[in-house]
Formats: sequence, structure tokens, C-alpha cells
Amino acid sequence: MIRLEHMSKSYGDYPAVIDVSAHIKQGEVVGFLGPNGAGKTTTMRVLTGFTPPTEGTAAIAGYDVVSRSLDARRHIGYLPESVPLYLDMTVMDYLRYMGQLRGMNRKWIDERLPVIIETVRLGEYQNALVGKLSKGYRQRVGIAQAIIHEPDVLIMDEPTIGIDPIQVVETRSLISELGGEHTLILSSHILPEVSAICRRVLVIHEGRIVADDDPENLSDRLQHAERIEVSLRGTEAGAAITALRNIQHVVDVRRDTRPTQERLAEDGVISLVVDARPDEGAPEDVARTIVDSGWGLVNLHPLPMTLEEIFLELTTEDEA
Amino acid sequence: MRNTWTIAWKEIKTYFASPMAYVVAAAFLAITGFFFVASVSDPFSEASIRGYIAGAIFFMVFLSPALTMRLLAEEQKLGTLELLMTSPIREWEIVIGKFIASFVMLALMVAGTFYFVVVLFWFGDPDVGPIFTGYLGVLLYGAATLAIGLMASALSGNQLVSLVVGAGLLTALTVSNFVADRLTGTAEEIVSNFQLGSSFSVFDTSSFGVVEGGHFADFARGILSVTDIAYYVSITAVFLFITVVLLESRRWR
Repeated sequence: MIRLEHMSKSYGDYPAVIDVSAHIKQGEVVGFLGPNGAGKTTTMRVLTGFTPPTEGTAAIAGYDVVSRSLDARRHIGYLPESVPLYLDMTVMDYLRYMGQLRGMNRKWIDERLPVIIETVRLGEYQNALVGKLSKGYRQRVGIAQAIIHEPDVLIMDEPTIGIDPIQVVETRSLISELGGEHTLILSSHILPEVSAICRRVLVIHEGRIVADDDPENLSDRLQHAERIEVSLRGTEAGAAITALRNIQHVVDVRRDTRPTQERLAEDGVISLVVDARPDEGAPEDVARTIVDSGWGLVNLHPLPMTLEEIFLELTTEDEA
Repeated sequence: MRNTWTIAWKEIKTYFASPMAYVVAAAFLAITGFFFVASVSDPFSEASIRGYIAGAIFFMVFLSPALTMRLLAEEQKLGTLELLMTSPIREWEIVIGKFIASFVMLALMVAGTFYFVVVLFWFGDPDVGPIFTGYLGVLLYGAATLAIGLMASALSGNQLVSLVVGAGLLTALTVSNFVADRLTGTAEEIVSNFQLGSSFSVFDTSSFGVVEGGHFADFARGILSVTDIAYYVSITAVFLFITVVLLESRRWR
């Protein structure tokens, strides 16, 4: 359905995307994951026909985005990061207009509008001016315009950026529902979002694809460490860190600096994060060391490696 | 072509929903009304619309860019241009649609001056020819000014910039006779032939309402010349084409 072959895109001398190749099959839900400026938006702009690639090719549904641009564009629904909307139109007028521009006839639009309004849950605001809506509702209008013409491919650039947390949850579940019907590409630098919605993750860093896998495999592949969170009482942090570092299989010990842990520190509780080689019984060793030293063991539990850290490892390997 | 009408119709609705079109139309009707009254209120004045025309074409230098300044600048500012350019629409369909919308507004504005003609027939015996060619000329001239204004609107996301650039270009084309006066030979001929329409007589009480120079003079006198019609049609076409190119060039940035 989507095909990128050695696609590069430069703005002047600045290479935004370098030699990206990827094939995405019909019905796949793919996440572009990467920090800001990694090349996610540029890749999407090439796929949507907004800007042509400098080198290589991109095709949607078999149509090249440059030579058969209009045919390719007929198959996509696109939500740019900025969620562009005409603020002086009502929700219904706006959606009707976008539908017409995507080549829908009046009858099709009239059938489709109630379904769309229901899907994105905009019922009570359908006759409101877009400019009067909150950011979260504007986001829904943006999603609605992307899906109104039932496109094969749905491309969404940072769809949950800048909206409040409750609406983020709703928007994510909405996007997950859409994933069932469309080939969906979603970009994000919010990692739990990608792992929650996508079955395949392309990690993009400095214009290149540095990993292409499903979220589970990505974390399996990179899970070469076991992480333990420990809270203890009755000693100095320095002494505890030295003692724990001496345990066999422990790779690193550092202070847990999350705000919630700092509050505990006021009660004399030291919070540490211990990285150890997996499956070597490190948690038991850590617990025994603390108890044998006569300190109070307040808390000990294993932490799962999050995609965030996987992502950090992936994207810092280049520099290493 | 269907997309062109879709865009034109949306823009016309937007015009009626926003204050700018009303302000421009009110200014146009007030100014032209003033010039019309001033040109026919002498005891022995001529029963013609030349006074109205002189005022109309002079102030279109500012009013036309005011009508077009939003059309493409706002699409760039809101980012909606990205949606248009990723929809299955061609750039020229966007440009022509927007142009048609602004031309419909201008034509409605001009239609609001028909009562001048009624007044002339009521109180006098005007010559029909110059009235017909005058109105045709105003529409052709108006189309050219709108095309230039639309081009200015494609330049940036700032409406004020597009207003100033549009009005500046139109002023330059209007006063190009001053430049031509200081040139000789071919250069003088080229520059003077590019004069859009001169109407500085609106400020000259001795020749009040007389449109001299530029491609408009013959229309005001009741003469239809292929050269003048071709000139305005070409200016319109060339600037609409530049607008399309400017939009296409956005893809490469």
C-alpha cells in the first residue's frame, strides 16, 4: 500500500531524510517514532505529495507521489501536526467543503457526515464555529476531515500533541479504532502512544530509520538489562551505592531523581535505581546486601524497560 | 473544474460572513458616488459616468488588494494550504477558484453603481456607448487588479504584506507614465504601454473626471480597442499564472 524506496529529502543543503526505504502493507498500523526534527514530518509530507523527494521514490496504492500525484493523493487522508482548520466555518460546513475537495459528491457527503460526527463524537458541536472549539475538539474535527472520504491510507502527524490529558486518552482510543479500517501511519515522540496503538514501529533518528520492528520485539531485543528500584533507610546514599555496586552482576547504581522519590528522601529514605544483568538473581543479592548491612529495606521492585529507554538506546548508538 | 467552483463558492460565502467585503464595498460606493455627483453637478456638465469611472479605477488600486489579501495569505498562515495541496486538486484550480470569488464580489460592487445610469437617464440623455464600454472597462481593469492582488497574497502568510505589495505594484503600474516621461525611444514606448490606467485627473479640478493615458482612456471615451482588451486580459492571465507558479514553488521549499 505504501512504498518508500531509497527516499531522501533535503532542504537546501540540510538533509532532512536520508535513504529511507519501507514497505507498509494494507491494514498495517505503523508508528514513526523519533525526537523532534528527526524527519518524521518530512517523510509524511513526501508521502502525502506535499513536497517531492529529492532522491528515490515514494508510492501510495501503486501511484508514485510525484508522477501520479493526484491519483496518490486520492488515496490518503492527512492530519498535519498543526491541525489546519478554517476558523470561521462551522464544523459541518468545513467537513462538507473538505469532502467536496476530496472528490465526494453531495449524496455521499450527506450519508457520510452523520457517521463521521458519531465516530469522532462531535455531535453537540456540529453547528459550532470551528474557531470557538477547544483544542481537543479541533483535533477531532481534524481527524474527521482526514477520514471523511474513507481513504485507504490515513497519515497523522503527532495527533495528540498539545491537547489535555483526558482528551489525549480519548483521541488515542479513537485512533486505535481507526487503525482497524485504514492503513495508518502515525508519528509521535510520545512513546507509550506508539506502543499502545501501533503494531509496527519505525524508529527515525537524524533522517534515517534506525529500527523497524513490533513494539514487543523492540523491547525484547534491547532488554539486556534488568532494572530494580530500591528504597532503603539508615545510611548515606554514597555508602549504599558503593555497597550495591560491589555485588556481582550489578552494572550500575544511581540515585532515583524523580520528584516522587525526592519527597521520600525528606524522611531519610534513599531511592536508588539498580541496573543488573538479567536472570542472575540480582534482586535477591541486592535485598541480602541491604539487610546484611543493617539498613532498612523500604521497597524493592523490578522496573520494566520502557520504549522510551529503548528509544534512547537506539538513538544514542549512533553517537557511541 | 468542479474543484474551482467548490473553492469559489466557499470563498464567496466567506466574503459575506466577514466584515472586509462590506467595508470595501461601502468605501467603493461612497467614493464613486462622490465622484459621480461631483462630475455631474455643474450647470452644464456632461451626462456621462466618466467621473464615476475615474474615481473607481483610481481607488481600485487599494480596494482590490484589500479584497484579495486574505485569499491565499490566510491559507498559508492557518496551514490549510497544506491540506489543499495534499488533496486531489491542482494549483490552478485553487487560484482560479479564489480569483472567481473575488471577481464576483467586485462585479457585485460595480453592479451597485447602476443607479448612476438610472439617474443619468432620468435627468438627461446620456450616450449609451461610453456607458457600456465604461462598465466593461471597469470589469476588465478590475480583473487585472484582482489578479495582481491575488499574486501578492500568495507571497506570504501576512495579509498586511499582501495588501501593501499589491497596492504598491498597482500604484507603480498606474504612475508608470511619470517614468515613461523620463525615458526615450523603445524604453519609453514599452513603459508607457504598460500603464495600467491613469486617473490622476481625479485630483485635478480643471479636467475633472477625464481619464487620460493608460489603457483605460478609450474605454472611458466609448471606444472598444482590441489592444486594450488584450492588455487587461493578458495582465490578468500573466499574474494568475505567476500566482500558480508561486503556489507550486511552495512544494520545493
